[in-house]
Amino acid sequence: MSKVLVVTSGKGGVGKTTTTAALGAALAKGGQSVVLVDFDVGLRNLDLVMGAERRVVFDLINVIQGDANLAQALIKDKRVDNLSLLPASQTRDKDALTSEGVAKVIDELRKKFDWVICDSPAGIERGAQMAMYHADVAVIVTNPEVSSVRDSDRIIGMLDSTTAKAKKGEKLEKHLLITRYDPQRAAKGDMLGTDDVLDILSIPLLGIIPESGDVLRASNVGAPVTIAEPDSAPARAYTDAARRLNGEKLEVTIPTERKGLFDWLFKRRVA
Amino acid sequence: MSSFLSNIFKRRSSAPVARDRLQILLAHERISVGDGKDDLLAQLHREIMEVIKRHVAVDQDKVQIKLDRGAQYSTLEIDVEVPGLTDGKPAAPAKPAPDKAKAKPA
Repeated sequence: MSKVLVVTSGKGGVGKTTTTAALGAALAKGGQSVVLVDFDVGLRNLDLVMGAERRVVFDLINVIQGDANLAQALIKDKRVDNLSLLPASQTRDKDALTSEGVAKVIDELRKKFDWVICDSPAGIERGAQMAMYHADVAVIVTNPEVSSVRDSDRIIGMLDSTTAKAKKGEKLEKHLLITRYDPQRAAKGDMLGTDDVLDILSIPLLGIIPESGDVLRASNVGAPVTIAEPDSAPARAYTDAARRLNGEKLEVTIPTERKGLFDWLFKRRVA
Repeated sequence: MSSFLSNIFKRRSSAPVARDRLQILLAHERISVGDGKDDLLAQLHREIMEVIKRHVAVDQDKVQIKLDRGAQYSTLEIDVEVPGLTDGKPAAPAKPAPDKAKAKPA
């Protein structure tokens, strides 16, 4: 059973592309076939985060317009089997994303992959609408910060009203992923806590990704954090999140930097 | 120095403030944004202004609108300065809508 997943947030810079790369790689490492689709036409970055920026020949728009077929445009990851990337166009404008074209591409990808992960652009315009339209599952990436939470709320409203599933009266599975979380600042009361965000947005929690230099280091070298630093705290959080997407019931914890056995034993329970 | 110390001790955590602000804001946005419909307060504002303009010529600059959205209740305060209206005398009837008095979109 193939699933289309959209990684979305409304607000920019909260970690959608990082999350798309990290979750996709974690799912692929777990043995499933995964394709990452960049919907950020004009400002593509998933290729860069995946370290495939020099291998882009054709893109999503080329496939939609029939200039290339899917097999030509897909870039296979060199590190993980079963992981592919469909880059966005850097030069065309987002109007080239036609509903029929996107529907056709998503249909074809569904036949080839277990997971079709769509990296949404920021905002609520056409690109974001197209990225979420065919989704079966949505991961809403939120920072514990007021503007991000507000925008996520807006996006949740759109997921419930403008997607194909919503129009058919079906339920779209929604998951909250809190990123850039700083347990110390939350404990001091200077950052919205997990409970606060969950309380306000009231959708189930997929995971909490701690703020960490490992994420930046991974993107510097062009690898998902789950490949570049698989034992790091954020990578472990992403790996657990990927397992939850597959239906595993795992207690949500905030992984800490692994300093010793002591830290590992006393991982803080949160939800 | 003493103010520095008192600042440290008096400092309240900011997260609860963020949570409360969000809860109030979103309670309103969830009604108004999603389906493109105005919320009640915006509608009231527009209709009240229409009624007033039907009877008096109103200068847009003489209208002050204050809105305070709260968790328990909200207030919409519309303060209209009506020219020429004194005790016992009816106000001059509105002239056929001068441009200035045309309803601005709320």
